[in-house]
Amino acid sequence: MRLYDCATVIRSKNAGPFTLTIDLMFADENILNKVLNSPSFNTRQIAGLYNVSASTVRIHAFKQVLAIKVVLPRSFASSGAPGDRDVYGSQQHFPLGDIDIAAGVADRK
Amino acid sequence: MREEIGFLSICGMLGYGYPLQSLQRGMSSNVAFLGADNGSTDPGPYYLGNGTGFVKSLQIKRDLEPALLAARKHNVPLIIGSAGGSGAKPHVDSFLSILLDIAKKHNLHFRLAIIYADIDKHTVLQAYSEKKITPCGPVHELTKERISKCNRIVGQMGTEPLIDALKNGADVIIAGRCCDTAIFAAFPIIQGFEPGLALHCAKIAECGALCAQPAGANDSLSAILRKDHFIVEPANPTRRCTPASVAAHSLYEQPNPECFFEPEGKIDMSESKFESYGERGVKVSGTRLITAAKTTIKLEGTELKGYRSIAIAGICDPIAIMNVSKIEREVTEVTGKNLRGIINTNDYSLRFLRYGIDGVTGYGKKSPDPLPREIGLIIEAIAPTQELADTVLSLSRSTMLHQSFPGRKTTAGNLAFPFSPSDFQGGPVYEFSIYHLMETEDHCRLFPIAFEEV
Repeated sequence: MRLYDCATVIRSKNAGPFTLTIDLMFADENILNKVLNSPSFNTRQIAGLYNVSASTVRIHAFKQVLAIKVVLPRSFASSGAPGDRDVYGSQQHFPLGDIDIAAGVADRK
Repeated sequence: MREEIGFLSICGMLGYGYPLQSLQRGMSSNVAFLGADNGSTDPGPYYLGNGTGFVKSLQIKRDLEPALLAARKHNVPLIIGSAGGSGAKPHVDSFLSILLDIAKKHNLHFRLAIIYADIDKHTVLQAYSEKKITPCGPVHELTKERISKCNRIVGQMGTEPLIDALKNGADVIIAGRCCDTAIFAAFPIIQGFEPGLALHCAKIAECGALCAQPAGANDSLSAILRKDHFIVEPANPTRRCTPASVAAHSLYEQPNPECFFEPEGKIDMSESKFESYGERGVKVSGTRLITAAKTTIKLEGTELKGYRSIAIAGICDPIAIMNVSKIEREVTEVTGKNLRGIINTNDYSLRFLRYGIDGVTGYGKKSPDPLPREIGLIIEAIAPTQELADTVLSLSRSTMLHQSFPGRKTTAGNLAFPFSPSDFQGGPVYEFSIYHLMETEDHCRLFPIAFEEV
């Protein structure tokens, strides 16, 4: 199942000109836990998708409000600098949204 | 000390509009002051770099006029932070001219405090040499050269300069670049309210009714601060706050939902409690301020990187779409050769944004399969002068129109231009080259206040 289809909200935005933050919100705790426990949802996988190093990616679970926050640096350019493609960072929830949550360890490259 | 203090956040961004009824309703309860944020770095470095606002003057006038009239009618302070957008002198000055026009039109008289936020380059260089500057997030290390190349630097003031202005009897405060929280926390802090709660309340309030359901940054939010908690409630009766909507708001645009940092210190929300209050309000308690050992302010500085020209085109020919990367490579090469003697290839950049393939995500690991029926294309040139950018673009655009590729059937032209002229000047291009924290011992000295009797 695609992460995009599991989430009720999946949004990205700048947190300052050098950082992207992607919020994921879920309908219930089961789905939230399924995402958190999925072997395809971790800092290493996300870092690969966004061309950044895994040590710069943070995943915060915020269970009170059934949300997960992913924070990572902008790999391509800071907001509005030459080379940027998304000044507000509002469409950077992909490729994250394409992660297959049901994929097991065997499916990983 | 007062038992409680009420205030109104006019909207999340002055100039983005709000219902006038919300202002009226919000002012009908006991309001000690009202305020609004007018700034952001979201629209990118151009606005700070170029000294222009991202909200048009007529939008500011529309939102400011009723707010100023309401503030004077109730004789309570009006506080605007990051005036004019990026909050540097040209922004503040253009905001002031709108304010003074409104005051003149309605024959309003008040004590005006103006707080500029421009930071002198020598101050930054001095702090740099004393190792008092650190990166704010995943930003490059600062160098002397980068500081020297900045064309404009502002600092985000905290509550202290605003507190000074209020203590000196300001009725209206127009502040340059300012922490969003300072706008709403300064007044309660003077009155002796818990700074952690005041700053958390301010953090929610600065977005207007964005924390409500339905969310609306373009609407007003009422807040009441008490000894050990605060209450937020949308002024508009069609919206309500819920514990989940307010708690979830802490996620928005923040790297960490459990805490945030201001010049005053770390605001710890890990123990915060969110409860329903009445029909549409939410009560928040348990937030604490962990005072910073040293006060730091955030610096924002921009550097001019060149001038931009762009052309917009579309392609529907399937073989041309299949070969678009190859076409781009050859256009880049031919353009470089043909520009010899005019500009060196290292001195300009040429970029192709392919909408429909990877214009947004750009990671380009694999193209969509099947390829789209049509793609949109932006050709972008950035060069040291506008004339050179225009030239690089013009040459690459005409080359691309006629560039040959394997199996080409569309031999009369590869590109559909929607407009004549096809090329547009984008003007100067800037980059945030300073986004760093600077330690300061005398916060107020950096942000001098000027008073004027209007």
